[in-house]
Amino acid sequence: MKYSIFSLARAALSGHKNWQRTWRDATPKDRYDVVIIGGGGHGLATAWFLASEYGIKNVAVLEKGWIGSGNAGRNTTIIRSNYGLPGNTGFYELSMKLWERMEQDLNYNAMVSQRGVINLYHSDAQRDAYARRGNTMRINGIDAELLDLAAVKKMIPFLNFDNARFPVQGGLLQRRGGTARHDAVVWGYAHAASELGVDIIQNCEVTGFVRDANGKVTGVETSRGKIGAGKVGMAVAGSSSRVAAMAGLRLPIESHVLQAFVSEAIKPLISGVMTFGAGHFYVSQSDKGGLVFGGDIDGYNSYAQRGNMPVMEDVCEGGMALMPMIGRLRLLRQWGGIMDMSMDGSPIIDKTPVDGLYLNAGWCYGGFKATPGSGFVFAHLLARDESHEEAARFRLDRFRTGAMIDEKGQGAQPNLH
Amino acid sequence: MRIICPFCGERELGEFTYLGDAKPVRPEAGTSEDEVFDYVYLRDNVAGQTSEHWYHGGGCRAWLKVTRNTLTHEISAVEPAAGAGAAKVGA
Repeated sequence: MKYSIFSLARAALSGHKNWQRTWRDATPKDRYDVVIIGGGGHGLATAWFLASEYGIKNVAVLEKGWIGSGNAGRNTTIIRSNYGLPGNTGFYELSMKLWERMEQDLNYNAMVSQRGVINLYHSDAQRDAYARRGNTMRINGIDAELLDLAAVKKMIPFLNFDNARFPVQGGLLQRRGGTARHDAVVWGYAHAASELGVDIIQNCEVTGFVRDANGKVTGVETSRGKIGAGKVGMAVAGSSSRVAAMAGLRLPIESHVLQAFVSEAIKPLISGVMTFGAGHFYVSQSDKGGLVFGGDIDGYNSYAQRGNMPVMEDVCEGGMALMPMIGRLRLLRQWGGIMDMSMDGSPIIDKTPVDGLYLNAGWCYGGFKATPGSGFVFAHLLARDESHEEAARFRLDRFRTGAMIDEKGQGAQPNLH
Repeated sequence: MRIICPFCGERELGEFTYLGDAKPVRPEAGTSEDEVFDYVYLRDNVAGQTSEHWYHGGGCRAWLKVTRNTLTHEISAVEPAAGAGAAKVGA
């Protein structure tokens, strides 16, 4: 069905009792051209681009839980394309452009809101680094503005500018950045993919790979039986190592927990997304009024989807350094999600050494903003058997060849990225 | 999560820093490139019981070997890592 003002009016007149399912709850067929493991944003976006851009419609998306139960429902909903290194800059801008047309493409309101993302700087050295990143963005056709103190004061007058240790000196602003409604993103992709014939199969956990005599992957074993596949794509960030291990692969990835927080609702205060540059704290305000914020990962390997107190304290200290007035706010909710932390902080979208098996992994804690771009380039890889030009550097073998994309410059220490 | 340090007793997590899996052993100098690559970049990333190195920087500053379940965060054993500190508690 097509969503519009008319479908809304029709449904309202019948008491909202006649809405159809947003997507078909499919049962698995014996075989698909492409099977995608993982019904998160990336897996669903991949399926939609396969069907809409590459004409491959005999596709299944297998989700072990329900759509929206994983990291798609556990992020802080920020979208931006303010990256500085070759490989990242172009890819995240591709993704940003897809965000800008997503709602029309999918016929689904994902509440994409380009309310601006500002990274604050607190020292001369940090200003220089941000100026460089802003310039890199601009020569690649991406919007960026370096704001001085007066401009930041005009835009966000309520910050603690004169903090003795970390005085705010200015910020790097990307006006096209912002937020999107995370649940609506997966619902939208599921809706649009399902309309094109993609089977979305929930409560279907992959338990192994089916291989032929040459070792080629020809299908998957699941909790709902064996499913044959021409190609299998993994988009299971958080669990990549566990699924890859079923195919005998060891990945340059560790799973870590990242926490996020929501305060009680307050009147409109923060118009866009802000980050504190002297620590790690980022915040935006949801349309319901709650402050949505987060900071560093906890720092130890975890699959537990919950974090611990030291990081909560650290994140709240970052917030208090920037906005002491939020000290009176109560924390409403807190949760944790499992991050695929790669060895250089950048993702992997590539073929694997196992024939027929393709990998989309290593999103660290930046996967949400990449959702449409990741789906697009992964669909390209699955359909054409070659990397999309904007994802050509996200190779699995870059850790062996040395062509790392280490945006933060931390080296092979995943808990520092 | 709290860690019972064999030197200091039960302490809160904020006193400790995480290094990672205790299993990989640094290869000898002159070993093959494959072994170095494996040591530096590849991980078992175990879901379940695993042993790992933690540093008690906010206390005795000893390196510890902690046996912990990554699915539940449950800690089942803490011992001093091999080295000078281990001798003090007869480990």
